[in-house]
Amino acid sequence: MVEKGTYRVKSGLAEMLKGGVIMDVTTADQAIIAERAGAVAVMSLERVPADIRAQGGVARMADPARVKEILAAVSIPVMAKVRIGHFVEAQVLEALEVDYIDESEVLTPADPQYHIDKWAFTVPFVCGARNLGEACRRIAEGAAMIRTKGEPGTGNVVEAVKHMRLMNKQIRMVLSASTGELMSIAKEMGAPYQVLLAIREKGRLPVVNFAAGGIATPSDAAMMMQLGCDGIFVGSGVFKSGDPEKRARAIVEATTHYKEPKIVASVSEGLGEAMVGISIDEIPPHEMMQVR
Amino acid sequence: MRIGVLAVQGAVREHLNILSQLEIDGRRVKKAEQLSGLSGLILPGGESTAISLLSRGCLLTKVGELASKGFPIFGTCAGMILLADEIEGQEDAYVRAIDIAVARNASGRQVDSFETMLCVKGVADDFPAVFIRAPYITRVGNGVTVLAKHEGAAVMARQGNVLVASFHPELTSDMRIHRYFIGMVKEYEEKEAVL
Repeated sequence: MVEKGTYRVKSGLAEMLKGGVIMDVTTADQAIIAERAGAVAVMSLERVPADIRAQGGVARMADPARVKEILAAVSIPVMAKVRIGHFVEAQVLEALEVDYIDESEVLTPADPQYHIDKWAFTVPFVCGARNLGEACRRIAEGAAMIRTKGEPGTGNVVEAVKHMRLMNKQIRMVLSASTGELMSIAKEMGAPYQVLLAIREKGRLPVVNFAAGGIATPSDAAMMMQLGCDGIFVGSGVFKSGDPEKRARAIVEATTHYKEPKIVASVSEGLGEAMVGISIDEIPPHEMMQVR
Repeated sequence: MRIGVLAVQGAVREHLNILSQLEIDGRRVKKAEQLSGLSGLILPGGESTAISLLSRGCLLTKVGELASKGFPIFGTCAGMILLADEIEGQEDAYVRAIDIAVARNASGRQVDSFETMLCVKGVADDFPAVFIRAPYITRVGNGVTVLAKHEGAAVMARQGNVLVASFHPELTSDMRIHRYFIGMVKEYEEKEAVL
């Protein structure tokens, strides 16, 4: 008997991506650059977060024709973004046979209240989170991979750092709590009790947790890895920089050798201009993507 | 007994967990010099293109040299691609330690990834096998034994000291295939001790 779409198969693909970099791409050419630089997967979307931020308007799933071109261009896994709650965009991407769906705050939410019921799909989902409660709710909805939200399209790593540190701290709290305290923690965090039990059993989040949102340099990537994430998503950081090929490779190398400052230093030399960053205080509250 | 796990990228932690449950000293290998003092090596699942690009300082060349001297090596999924003599649709191969050809992503895209029970010759007739965008073996040379098949396709094979599988025993709690590999490592250690 053959069983497809089991949770082990879904979370298993994310396990295979550990220690790697997943890059946002909008075209097949960019996907090929990412693959040659050593990316473990690419993320297909209509516009990179920095452009969405600058241009405004409703940001949606990518054009299926573009997604198909990307699927045909590379042998690494292809992920694609859907709007929060937009289960039909997800059905479309599943029909196109993308390898992972990112239910993402980078796009304009389609449902102000509910996320997608991810158990209803064969294709696995990754979702963003700012804290452990949010991560656990997404896992309970069927997400097979988690990433920090950070603040996308800013080239500013501060929010990703904040989210990763908070999640680590909350996981330590769950691990050190007595069983009797656990339900109260579940209530305070807004975290489903069963997922907290799974964390205690594994000693960590039951699925892979990547860093995302504002990573722009090799040092940013290595810092997130040292903070304990399993891998890196780079959104606008690569293709909004002066030399995408070189920067992509450098971020990949820094992620692999994150504990070796000499390697991080050497790959960081002469990368050209990084994307222009935005200070978080300059963003009006209604334009913050992470609160979606 | 010390067994290394190639730790460039991928499911490194899972292999190390199983080794530690079997009371084997598992070591992460990121650089060629970390290969010394080991009695065996595991190449984990991951993305083979990324692992090959990121293996610095002729790490994979050193792995190939060890393989040709009888050093036991086990590759799962991407690890199998790295060890194969031939990769379909690609001019170059990587380590070339086992006389097989493999086809990348032969089981299809992620929506076709699956679990099934496999009969593995000499190991188990009910091994829970997890296939993720899995490569299949499309040709086996003389001297290669096919240990498991799924729907007619070869998915696990051995040639002397080199063992490969299309699937991921590291994603299950079943340690029988790892025990089988440890048996290969023991034989190698005994032979080395005699020499």
